[in-house]
Amino acid sequence: MSTPDHSADTGSIDEQSLRHASGPYFGAYGGRWMPESLMAAMDELNETFEAAKNDPEFIAQVKDLNKNYSGRPSLLTEAKRFSAQYCDGVRIFLKREDLNHTGSHKINNVLGQALLAKRMGKTRIIAETGAGQHGVASATAAALMGLECVVYMGAEDTRRQALNVARMRLLGATVIPVTVGSQTLKDAINEALRDWVANVENTHYLLGTAAGGAPFPAMVRYFHEVIGEEAREQILEQTGRLPNAVTACIGGGSNAIGIFHGFLDDKDVALYGFEAGGDGVDTDRHAATITLGRPGVLHGAKSYLMQDEDGQTIESHSISAGLDYPGVGPEHAFLADIGRVTYEPVTDTEAMDAFKALCRTEGILPAIESSHALAGTIRLAKKLVAEGAVPEETIIIVNLSGRGDKDVGTAAAWFDMIEPGAADAEITGTDAQKAQEK
Amino acid sequence: MTRVTSAQKIAAARAEGRPALIGYLPAGFPDVPTSIEAAVALAENGVDIIEIGIPYSDPVMDGEVIQAATVQALANGFRVADVFDIVAGITARTDAAVMVMTYWNPVLRMGVDEFSRRFAQAGGSGLITPDLVPEEAGEWLEASEKYDLERVFLIAPSSTPERVQRTVDVSSGFIYCVSLMGVTGARASVSSAAQAVVDAAHAAGAENACVGLGVSRREHVEEIGAYADGVIVGTALVAALRDGGVQAVGALAAELSGAAAHSDKELA
Repeated sequence: MSTPDHSADTGSIDEQSLRHASGPYFGAYGGRWMPESLMAAMDELNETFEAAKNDPEFIAQVKDLNKNYSGRPSLLTEAKRFSAQYCDGVRIFLKREDLNHTGSHKINNVLGQALLAKRMGKTRIIAETGAGQHGVASATAAALMGLECVVYMGAEDTRRQALNVARMRLLGATVIPVTVGSQTLKDAINEALRDWVANVENTHYLLGTAAGGAPFPAMVRYFHEVIGEEAREQILEQTGRLPNAVTACIGGGSNAIGIFHGFLDDKDVALYGFEAGGDGVDTDRHAATITLGRPGVLHGAKSYLMQDEDGQTIESHSISAGLDYPGVGPEHAFLADIGRVTYEPVTDTEAMDAFKALCRTEGILPAIESSHALAGTIRLAKKLVAEGAVPEETIIIVNLSGRGDKDVGTAAAWFDMIEPGAADAEITGTDAQKAQEK
Repeated sequence: MTRVTSAQKIAAARAEGRPALIGYLPAGFPDVPTSIEAAVALAENGVDIIEIGIPYSDPVMDGEVIQAATVQALANGFRVADVFDIVAGITARTDAAVMVMTYWNPVLRMGVDEFSRRFAQAGGSGLITPDLVPEEAGEWLEASEKYDLERVFLIAPSSTPERVQRTVDVSSGFIYCVSLMGVTGARASVSSAAQAVVDAAHAAGAENACVGLGVSRREHVEEIGAYADGVIVGTALVAALRDGGVQAVGALAAELSGAAAHSDKELA
């Protein structure tokens, strides 16, 4: 693989640029497949967002919060021991979103959207959450900005993630367990949408991923673009060149679209998204939406979707609650179709092996979501070397989207590290039980 | 086959000096044969237009009663193609107009043209589409023209005048006026916002504007009937079917349509 040209100017806006796609459509995907009752709110949000993007005061507010509240820029750390032991010597750089306040990339989006909510005069935000990361981030932003916050969470998840439920409540949020439908993340989104329809006058729906009806996909991406912009600058500074590849995990796809964005127009930088393969894509327990899904509409956008022959949504499965979603952001569907990004599944087992590998080689405890990106990166590095790439001249940036403190219980159960007789509750408030069942 | 349309039924009701009564029931709840019997009971007790809902995994516009019913229908093995048998079963036995209310993904999955063709063949008059707005409805506009189906879009209290106009312009049959900002479910009283929505639809040129959401009693029907062209009842009928079976559905329909009062008088 040749060294990419780093002189490419990503600042220019030309018709071929993929960086400035604003929606509502991304190729055949995106749009607004949602009830008329919400259209006025979507229009208001769109207008507010478009105006804010061009308002120096808003831009300054976001920058200030990123720097002085979240702790940006996040580091770009070279993982030398991980590289030597697991990646055949290919140089691996970790974009350290795990070091942000609240422990993941999620904070970028919630701060931006909470600012928009205030600009619209809304006093209440609602959010959905699976594992609780977006819920915690939303509760954090609400506390910071003096907004009322209600978080919808599948009833089963509230039991598995008791610690995060407590975190949200400590931050002043109301957590509502969702007992309808399959009681999972998608039902939490359904219930949040029902709340929004009824309370849209004073409420902003703070969607946590780059999915949903327009303008959500482009807006959520906008607030995460800082990841890719920083990473591009940092890799040039540290190595003097662009990477050969950039990798990220994909659930709804917000961390991935954020880091990809910085490199979309660098044609020689390969982009990889790793989906949750669960027990394997040859089983019916996975969340590999792009790999095996079909185009459809869910939660406001047309995109790839895990659905049966009748168009009913299929429940997804992943050890990672953050990737356990049967849909995916529409811009990813588009980038998959045009071949700009390669999407591949990573199984629970591969992800957990990579989780442990990073812990042991770098002293960094990654989120299980991010561990999917690490596992895919190991596979990619080996493949590149097998194809003749010179390891020390090959660079991959991995978006380490979050830290794994929330996953300690799950991992301890997975690796059978729980002391006999230890009470579940002491270990967790996490997915331990789920991991033990496997 | 001559299909009965919702527009015809609303015109006939208007000629009688009353609003059309539109009754909703989910397809396949509690099972396919019973859902046909329940719909027939609606028609026999004064319901003009029958609205059959397709159970869907993610019904964001529905409240708990309808959610629970559709979850049960799916658990009992309902398949989307069953809706054509249900529509055909009802049209064969009644002169009601039969519409289908469906979230859009099941239609997309089958193919908009294929769904429309089979639905028209079964004798259905049109589709009510709660999560499809005119901007995304290109394929449906085409298929509905091709198979001569009515397109019922929704407008809400939050709809801007521009959106009301755009929606009225592409609708046929009637406009579904959402009476309040919320999801389906019985409420004690009719939202005061309902009349404004109906007025907006009429001002935009809609001939038929019908009100749904939160309507459950005869007094609601009378109140709404004073300004709207039709009244849509859903949750109350679903709860009746759940609790009392087909007979209870027929009894509630008779009460809603005023047929029960008439027959009392006749007896007296």
